[in-house]
Amino acid sequence: MIKIDKLHKSYEMGSSSLHVLKGIDFNVEAGELVAIMGSSGSGKSTLLNILGMLDNADEGTYDLDKMRIENLDEKTAAEYRNKFLGFIFQSFNLINYKSALENVALPLYYQGLKRKERQKIALNYLDKVGLKNWSTHLPSELSGGQKQRVAIARALASNPKVLLADEPTGALDSTTSMEVMALIQKINNEGKTILVVTHEHDIAMMCKRIVNLKDGVIVEDKKVKQNIIKNV
Amino acid sequence: MFNVERWKEIFQSIKKNKLRTVLSGTTVSLGILIFIILFGLGEGLKNSYSDLFLRQANNVVFLYTGKTTKPYGGFKTNRRIEFDNSDIADIKANFSDRVEYINPTIRYGDNIKYKLESYNFSIQAVSPSNQYIEGNVLMKGRYINEKDIENKTKVVVIGRLVARDIFKTEDPIGKFINIGSRSYKVIGVFQDLDGDNEESYLFLPYTTRQQILMGSDKVGSIAITFNPNLGGKGAVKLENDIKTFLKKKKSIDPTDPSAIRVRNVADELERSMQFAGALQIIVAFVGIGTLIAGIIGISNIMVFIVKERTKELGVRKALGAQPSEIIKMILTESIFITSISGFAGMIIGVIALNSLESGLQEYFITRPQVSLNIAFIATVILIIFGVIAGYIPAKRAAQIKPIVALRDE
Ligand SMILES: Nc1ncnc2c1ncn2[C@@H]1O[C@H](COP(=O)(O)OP(=O)(O)OP(=O)(O)O)[C@@H](O)[C@H]1O
Ligand SMILES: [Mg+2]
Repeated sequence: MIKIDKLHKSYEMGSSSLHVLKGIDFNVEAGELVAIMGSSGSGKSTLLNILGMLDNADEGTYDLDKMRIENLDEKTAAEYRNKFLGFIFQSFNLINYKSALENVALPLYYQGLKRKERQKIALNYLDKVGLKNWSTHLPSELSGGQKQRVAIARALASNPKVLLADEPTGALDSTTSMEVMALIQKINNEGKTILVVTHEHDIAMMCKRIVNLKDGVIVEDKKVKQNIIKNV
Repeated sequence: MFNVERWKEIFQSIKKNKLRTVLSGTTVSLGILIFIILFGLGEGLKNSYSDLFLRQANNVVFLYTGKTTKPYGGFKTNRRIEFDNSDIADIKANFSDRVEYINPTIRYGDNIKYKLESYNFSIQAVSPSNQYIEGNVLMKGRYINEKDIENKTKVVVIGRLVARDIFKTEDPIGKFINIGSRSYKVIGVFQDLDGDNEESYLFLPYTTRQQILMGSDKVGSIAITFNPNLGGKGAVKLENDIKTFLKKKKSIDPTDPSAIRVRNVADELERSMQFAGALQIIVAFVGIGTLIAGIIGISNIMVFIVKERTKELGVRKALGAQPSEIIKMILTESIFITSISGFAGMIIGVIALNSLESGLQEYFITRPQVSLNIAFIATVILIIFGVIAGYIPAKRAAQIKPIVALRDE
């Protein structure tokens, strides 16, 4: 599903340049649930942003579902993000003046769907994350865990090939983190490919595979016995 | 351009972000409102000026005399020059093709008495053409006529205020009043739209006055009206021709500036209208200034709005919004708000001006108005600039990478 080869990324800061990713080789098959770990500043978010076409690599190749991703202009990048990728952010990034339902429906708006249809699909996904009854609430009226579940529903709404989650539990307490991870496991079990950036070991253990980044290279990549969350 | 789904998005954004909607809306409304009111007041000022001067005949030239300042033709300097009846006849004879009316005038002061009461008003001995030159409108009776001039009758025409003061509710026509030691019959009452001052005069035949002065043939000043077809240049030439003629006749140095002087109402009118025009230019300047201030205001607000929405725009882009979609969204919203509030400001401004219509007379402002054309153009200009002002930050926002926008805290 994802295939990257010798990926390099540096940030220019004035005269100096910070080499963050130093040749990453990395494959993900369809249906995998991968945790990306590493200490702060090791380049996890940078890698995820490149995978999410939110940022460009300096060197190396990236194929998403056998399609070469290179030299994208903003227009095509926007189109690919909409069709192929779903994002889950640490800080949720819901639009504060839109209700839960409207937030979930937003990616569908950019697919050109009619309002009725958008709302029907969005309500379906809200139901999936257990928030059907909260559809008219504004983000400010939701708890952190609920917000993240709305964000997950939104990421799923356009039925993308891959979900990219950057510290989805980073702003949540442990119980709520469990709920969110249970949801991610459920979605993964239905066949969705998911990448989760985290620096919490027990969160990583809820995934099927752990990739360890250190100083811009992968130092460890192992399948693990998934810690399956029951009855939350 | 018209996309129902986008409009729904925009209406939601407008409805849910009232503060910024109100902020940008009022800036635009106020800009237009102030512009229209200022412009209308300037127009009112100009109207006052033209009203003031157009009620009087403005093709009038006044001729005055003074003392000579240069010796000439055997005469010493400092000789007093005076007009007399022969001058009037000569002007009539020599300039008949260019002169319409001639009005010799003798001003003087004397004791005015009616039934033991004394009054103090200006007295002028004039000819019938005084009515046309001053713009007197008869209310009652008749004006001085040629017969009065010929027969030197002791009659007087009085202004509205004179009649009111002296006769109160009595009918003045046919009554006798005393001026000096002689008795005059009131034959008419006139009014004058140029104001109270002009209605405080008593007019009597100039020949009557000359007879009282032991048959003198002297005249104080002469007002003539010229054929309006002469135009400004022709009037100036006529002035100079008459001056030259009279100087030659009275043996005055042609370069003597003070022996015979002229005053041209048309010149004065033009100068006053220029002044009013200059005022209006200043007012228009201030108006355009407000408009520019409005444009700067709306630009700032657009920059602020886009800045405030940076993160939202980043989220939208991450979810698949294309740059063009972002620009269209911000622009349509700003066009919508500026149009609605611009036209609202325009309508309020026009209504406000109309309601001011009658209340500002005492501030020398008459019929303050702005043509709908100008109001409309100003509004459209503000909207166009609002759109341009919105486009620049919108385009910039559409081009920043979504991660940069998302990082923006
Ligand atoms: N836009 C940027 N400009 C310059 N430097 C950057 C930029 N983004 C990230 N960096 C730097 O690149 C390095 C890697 O950043 P990155 O965000 O990928 O780390 P991370 O592994 O996600 O860390 P954390 O666990 O703290 O989120 C850091 O040293 C960071 O300071
Ligand atoms: Mg990070």
